[in-house]
Amino acid sequence: MSQLLLDVNALTMRFGGLVAVNGVNLKIKNRQIVSVIGPNGAGKTTVFNCLSGFYIPSDGSVLFKGEQIAGLKDFHISRKGLVRTFQHVRLFSNMTVIENMLVAQHRHLNTNLLSGLLKTASYRRLEQESMDRAAFWLEEVDMLAFANREAGNLSYGQQRRLEIARCMVTQPELLLLDEPAAGLNPNETKQLDELIVRLRDEHEISVLLIEHDMSLVMGISDHIYVIAQGTPLADGSADEIKNNSDVIKAYLGEE
Amino acid sequence: MSEASLYFLQQLINGLTIGSTYALIAIGYTMVYGIIGMINFAHGEIYMIGSYISFIVIAGLLGMGMVALPVILIIALVIAVFIASTYGWAVERVAYRPLRGSNRLIPLISAIGMSIFLQNYVVLAQGSRDVALAPQISGSWTFGDPQLFEVSLSYMQLIIWAVTLVCMTALTLFISRSRMGRACRACSEDQGMTNLLGIDTNRTIAMTFIIGAALAAVAGLLLGLYYGVVNPFVGFIAGLKAFTAAVLGGIGSIPGAMLGGLILGVTEALTSAYFPSEYKDVVSFGLLILILLFRPSGLLGKPEVEKV
Repeated sequence: MSQLLLDVNALTMRFGGLVAVNGVNLKIKNRQIVSVIGPNGAGKTTVFNCLSGFYIPSDGSVLFKGEQIAGLKDFHISRKGLVRTFQHVRLFSNMTVIENMLVAQHRHLNTNLLSGLLKTASYRRLEQESMDRAAFWLEEVDMLAFANREAGNLSYGQQRRLEIARCMVTQPELLLLDEPAAGLNPNETKQLDELIVRLRDEHEISVLLIEHDMSLVMGISDHIYVIAQGTPLADGSADEIKNNSDVIKAYLGEE
Repeated sequence: MSEASLYFLQQLINGLTIGSTYALIAIGYTMVYGIIGMINFAHGEIYMIGSYISFIVIAGLLGMGMVALPVILIIALVIAVFIASTYGWAVERVAYRPLRGSNRLIPLISAIGMSIFLQNYVVLAQGSRDVALAPQISGSWTFGDPQLFEVSLSYMQLIIWAVTLVCMTALTLFISRSRMGRACRACSEDQGMTNLLGIDTNRTIAMTFIIGAALAAVAGLLLGLYYGVVNPFVGFIAGLKAFTAAVLGGIGSIPGAMLGGLILGVTEALTSAYFPSEYKDVVSFGLLILILLFRPSGLLGKPEVEKV
């Protein structure tokens, strides 16, 4: 049996007396697109916050590549290769597209100030590498033509794509996307759909997706988890979920 | 040229000189505000310490019988910048970093405390009286009509302009081109995100304090030589003026601080030229009040957007 990339067991998050997430399990293999769906307020983003280190889970375990990461700081987790986006775009909007891509690779560059001042050969090589990687990912998300634009002046769809590209230059193994299609037009959603599939098929990473756009979720997910009111409701393939009476009830109410 | 316009030109030269040094100090306020959103009220004291150190070094080297003035000044500059930067770094480390994440008012109070502490520490160590240094750079370049009014542009003023220009250019290049400058800008936009991308934000913040302190020390050396006198209280008023300059230009904006410094310097020089010179502080702080009332984001600052 292949080792799971992410193995979440009985994840629970309590805020005082409120149980926001209650015993959620998630299993993600390598090269999979997994979605978490559920009505508004179901606790999906809370799950993301627990996985990415924004919250310390009250209970349960989060194993990433077999290693316990629950309770680690957010930047430690992102260094291990689990990187997330946010519901609201969080780009450096006063900086150019290419600068956004380079800032994300800051820590990959030699941090020695002296070698930066002297522009040593190894520093130049690393700088060139991060430039190449930035260009590669901008090309992948079809944004290379906008490299010198200020990020804040891009259209919303472009900002979304840039955000994914910025995550990708940090070379993650698991990408967490929090409602990436929110606010996109059908055309942009289609581009996003293709991009996510390409991330799995060509770049061999896994994607965990929170999304309300059901056609997107059903079209690309290898596995879907449904949570409602913080509790796991069902999981399975797109077809299984579509026909699950509990899921229909949670979304549409009792008949 | 008429007498009046020659006189005006002279005031403009004087104003730009003082304005340059205000701009150098104002950078420290504006960068720190840009990155952590606090006013570092101890910054004026760093300028004062820079001034003292350069005086001590210059006097010491002269006392040791050194005669090559450019060498003396460069050694003084390097030592003053180094020690003042250490102070700037230490102030951040001791008085502000432990308070990161607390209410905005708390580091502000800590900054005022730090300012009083540093001022009194220098009073204890150096005494509260004026310390004077004989003029080191004399001579000037004069023009105009000797019958009417002779405009003089002293070499010291030229040096102040040149050094300020070099510092500002270097800073602008550093912020816009270098890797560290990029991290600084990222940090001032979204500290949480910067941290998440694996950049050591504490180090970046320490860096802005060091840069601000270094520029303040440069101003300390320049103004010390210009006036030839320093006391432990010069940091207070210079700090307030530079703060006014930073607000005038738009706090958080580096070009704003440069512009604000020059405008404030020229305004002061013109006020003391045409009105009793006691009015110059009235005018500059009146300007601060007007700016805060009518254009709180300053000349080049961006209006604050309420974050949702």
